[in-house]
Amino acid sequence: MADKPRIKLPKEARKGEIIQIKTLVSHLMESGQRKDAQGKPIPRKIINKFTCEFNDKPVFSCVLEPAISANPYIQFDAKVDEEGTFKFAWTDDDGSVVMAEEKIALKA
Amino acid sequence: MGAINRRQAFLLGGGFVALTVLPMAANAEPSNDAGEMIKKFTGGKEAAKGKITLDLPEIAENGNTVPLALTVESPMTAENYVKEVLFVADGNPNAGVATLMFTPMSGKAEASIRIRLAQTQNVIAVAKMSDGSLFTERKTVKVTIGGCGG
Repeated sequence: MADKPRIKLPKEARKGEIIQIKTLVSHLMESGQRKDAQGKPIPRKIINKFTCEFNDKPVFSCVLEPAISANPYIQFDAKVDEEGTFKFAWTDDDGSVVMAEEKIALKA
Repeated sequence: MGAINRRQAFLLGGGFVALTVLPMAANAEPSNDAGEMIKKFTGGKEAAKGKITLDLPEIAENGNTVPLALTVESPMTAENYVKEVLFVADGNPNAGVATLMFTPMSGKAEASIRIRLAQTQNVIAVAKMSDGSLFTERKTVKVTIGGCGG
């Protein structure tokens, strides 16, 4: 399904700094409202859930509906108190999950 | 003769009133289950105005990707933070848009997404705080080209 997600966040942050994270994953987000050339409805197939964890603790997540645009773009913030790894996961209607990881270091 | 004419005139007038009032009533009422979704989210409690800032274009040329930015006023500490924000659109085939879940580790209750709007309608946000209090905000977006069917 989806290609490698694109994630943008700083490589390092000061302790306690709030950073901005931008994510984009390629996905058609078929709404289930459209019809094909024969007039049959095209079944819904979307990313229905996105989660972000930092060092295995939840930071931000969302439940998505068909009213989310194709190639869902999600931007949010995270507070960095220690160095570690952000884990991102996008769950498809078909049960498959796209995962990605990004490391962040503390500024000396 | 005169009486009939008057009656006819009255009926005609009534017909016009019905014609003009009905579409207006339809516009005022959400055309989908937006109301029920909000009720389910709030547990039937009244949400206060305020704390939420919605950044949405006044006119969206393309309903397929409408940028939506949210900011909720909150210190975002372990004791006091924004837990969940529900987004519904009252003129889409399905009211649900997204539910965002924040934690104190979010640092700020801010997020941006891009949404689909089928027609000119209201986008409504309801925020649930960690202490259970509720806040709401809505914004009307005029849509030039709808972003659902096809």
